[in-house]
Amino acid sequence: MKKEKTSLLRNAGVQSLLASLLCILIGLIVGYIVLLIIEPSGANKAITTIIKNFLTYSRTDTQLKYLGNTLAKTAPLLLCSLSVLFAYKAGLFNIGAAGQYVIGAGASLYFALALNMPWYVCLIAAIIAGAVLGAISGLLYAYRNVNVVISCIMLNWISLYSVNTLLTSVKDSTSPYTLPLASTNPSAVLPTLGLDKLFNGNEYVTIAVPLAIIIAIIIWVVLEKTKMGYELKATGYNKNAAKYCGMQEKKNLVMTMAIAGALASMGAALYFLTGFEQWSCSQASVPDMGFNGIAAAFLGGLSPLGSILSSFFIQHISSGGAYVDKTMYCAQISDLISSIIIYVCGFVLFFKYAMNKWLDRSAEKKAEKEASKDEKGGAEQ
Amino acid sequence: MEQPYAIEMLHITKRFPGIIANDDITLQLRKGEIHALLGENGAGKSTLMSVLFGLYQAEEGIIKKDGKEVQIKDPNDANDLGIGMVHQHFKLVECFSVLDNIILGVEPTTKGGVLQKAEARKKIIALSDKYGLKVDPDALVEDITVGMQQRTEIMKMLYRDNEILIFDEPTAVLTPQEIEELMQIMRNLAAEGKSILFISHKLNEIMEVADRCTVLRKGKYIGTIDIANTTREELSRMMVGRDVEFVVQKDEAKPGDVILDVQGLTVASKAHSNNAVKNVSFQVHAGEIVCIAGIDGNGQTELVYGLTGLEPVSSGTVKLEGQDITHAPIRKRSTMGMSHIPEDRHKHGLVLDYSLEYNMVLQRYFEPEFVSKAGFLKQGAIRSYAERLIDEYDVRSGQGPITIARSMSGGNQQKAIIAREIDKDPELLIAVQPTRGLDVGAIEYIHKQIVATRDAGKGVLLVSLELDEVMSLSDRILVMYEGEIVGELNPKTTTVEEMGLYMAGAKRGATSA
Repeated sequence: MKKEKTSLLRNAGVQSLLASLLCILIGLIVGYIVLLIIEPSGANKAITTIIKNFLTYSRTDTQLKYLGNTLAKTAPLLLCSLSVLFAYKAGLFNIGAAGQYVIGAGASLYFALALNMPWYVCLIAAIIAGAVLGAISGLLYAYRNVNVVISCIMLNWISLYSVNTLLTSVKDSTSPYTLPLASTNPSAVLPTLGLDKLFNGNEYVTIAVPLAIIIAIIIWVVLEKTKMGYELKATGYNKNAAKYCGMQEKKNLVMTMAIAGALASMGAALYFLTGFEQWSCSQASVPDMGFNGIAAAFLGGLSPLGSILSSFFIQHISSGGAYVDKTMYCAQISDLISSIIIYVCGFVLFFKYAMNKWLDRSAEKKAEKEASKDEKGGAEQ
Repeated sequence: MEQPYAIEMLHITKRFPGIIANDDITLQLRKGEIHALLGENGAGKSTLMSVLFGLYQAEEGIIKKDGKEVQIKDPNDANDLGIGMVHQHFKLVECFSVLDNIILGVEPTTKGGVLQKAEARKKIIALSDKYGLKVDPDALVEDITVGMQQRTEIMKMLYRDNEILIFDEPTAVLTPQEIEELMQIMRNLAAEGKSILFISHKLNEIMEVADRCTVLRKGKYIGTIDIANTTREELSRMMVGRDVEFVVQKDEAKPGDVILDVQGLTVASKAHSNNAVKNVSFQVHAGEIVCIAGIDGNGQTELVYGLTGLEPVSSGTVKLEGQDITHAPIRKRSTMGMSHIPEDRHKHGLVLDYSLEYNMVLQRYFEPEFVSKAGFLKQGAIRSYAERLIDEYDVRSGQGPITIARSMSGGNQQKAIIAREIDKDPELLIAVQPTRGLDVGAIEYIHKQIVATRDAGKGVLLVSLELDEVMSLSDRILVMYEGEIVGELNPKTTTVEEMGLYMAGAKRGATSA
């Protein structure tokens, strides 16, 4: 069979990458404009601070330490984005990643602080809790046709307040935060395997980082190379055809949501079991990690491997925002800028579409030119 | 006297990367004529129509309306010029009523923006009575049959008072009687001075209703001829480039053991509270083609859903080779030897966003040949299997096995499904409207495959709305009317007229199968 030579730009991977880079660029420009509007004099400095993130520090070892922090926060984001994209491939929009993340945090911290379990038990508890929560949405959709988005949003809030209540039992008596992990139950802290030494003794860099990357690769393999991925994607693309060829589409939907839920809650465990942050039992909004997972999934071109890079980038920008000069801009500026960038990132699919249109048009023009050349060359018949 | 031209498309050339879809094509539609556009799948008919509707811009050539050159940049321009089209795949909002669909985009309102449906209803009922379309303005589109949906589409055009009416394969889903009615409508419209462009591969219909016919083949203009001075054979030769057999060649059936045994089958209807299939009993033997004939919407779809497991049955039994499969899962039926060429190839037959090779293994991907014990797909085996099917069944596509199914022509999509279902080596092949919307070349091919399946000793249950197909292909005919089998006919001794009477419910015979 003759293989058509196709433009490198036609390659789906290359397209995703270019579209994502374009989104990032536009996001940064729009963010810059917003900074200019608020306070022109500090805009240049602020935007470079955001982009630089840990590079703001001049000393290499400090840089490494703060890179470590970004990485520690990238792992949970990556898992949330995997959760979103995995469900998306089966045609489901898992906006419940946020709630599944909350449940994961609750389960892992409760097992660590109240039951004094070692880290792997806490991790498994989180995974199971998230899978159950995801499966609830899946079951409601498959057997009662309840819209996944709606059931997920409601479960997000149910999860938040349940976890707040649950973790109050392991709360520090003087603050709204849960007890510090490292001092209460050191066995629950994720092992570092020496990774902390690479990052100037940053003890928050644990096996969570390599584990998250391995999970991303596994998800890619499952989606692209296995029977399960074949079935899930077929169900996502065309539920009726999946049913017609005898796939158990309802079972597949439930299983997809369970796996998606497990991924997001595992992300939470991989974060809170580092001890980087304590859970605030008085928080009244669902943590945005799960929602950022949606952006990371789309920015990564809905590819598990792309998600690795996009998750790091989004976390990099979010962390960088924290360094912006607070005398010129209010404290929320970092959130604002990173959300603008994340928002624009949602346009990846649109840019891909536009790029294909443009390629089609230029290919047509080329064909036209060649055809007119041919006509001039051989005017026989 | 020759009428002036309403629309002229002169020397249209449209190229796509790697292919010239329209190569110097000229189409001239006279005022008040019915002009057929004939060509196989991929001949360039759709592209030409897309150019006329402004969806594509032609690289060369011009379009004239009433002798004046016009620019059609987008479908709005086409609408302004009074060009309307009934698409092959309907463009209807399923959860809207027929009335709402018809007025969609041209809603009559008061100045304040309040809908004036009463007026629209009057106009629709008047048009409906005038042309015998019998549309119920208040029915929901999702509840009405495919045939009725199409009549809604036709009504949309009539409602908009379009001057130039394009019918894209309008008869593919209509019953013989409905086709007759449609032909009459088209004649009436033409008599009123509307110009009709009738896209079809059905030579009989073109011969019956059209005044002139333009033939395309592989993107090239073959010619325009007067129907009065031509024959069916000549048209088909122009279209296909060779002689085509119209009669299916087949030997006497040699029925063997019972393959499918259906007793007292009842299936509930989704559209209304009545049962769609009522106490139906029949058998299919090995080595015979049993055809379920009937007007669209008389329970054939639900019967097939019940047999294949897509919908649960209310009562009765279904046995495949003696084994009760009444409540068996779909996968079990498939592995036990049931193949199903579905009525709707886009809804059920294909995962359109999957590659051709993935679609080719849709019924077999779970077999050890294609998946390892650990659950990994054997990409190499899938590729070579797909390549073999593509080769054997002559499935044409842009990039072979990795072509996305969505980008393939309807005929080749159908060929892919047929390849997949027949190559599964079934004991029973259930084929529902297997040639819907296909051209004569593809129909000839599919008929041959179905006969070959029968001759290999398999049972075939064919559900078809096309009388020609029923008459030429089947060994036994069962006529369905309002969910019941009202007669069993022998294609050798019956006539189309007799079958028509059974289909219309005017006659009921013994139903001993």
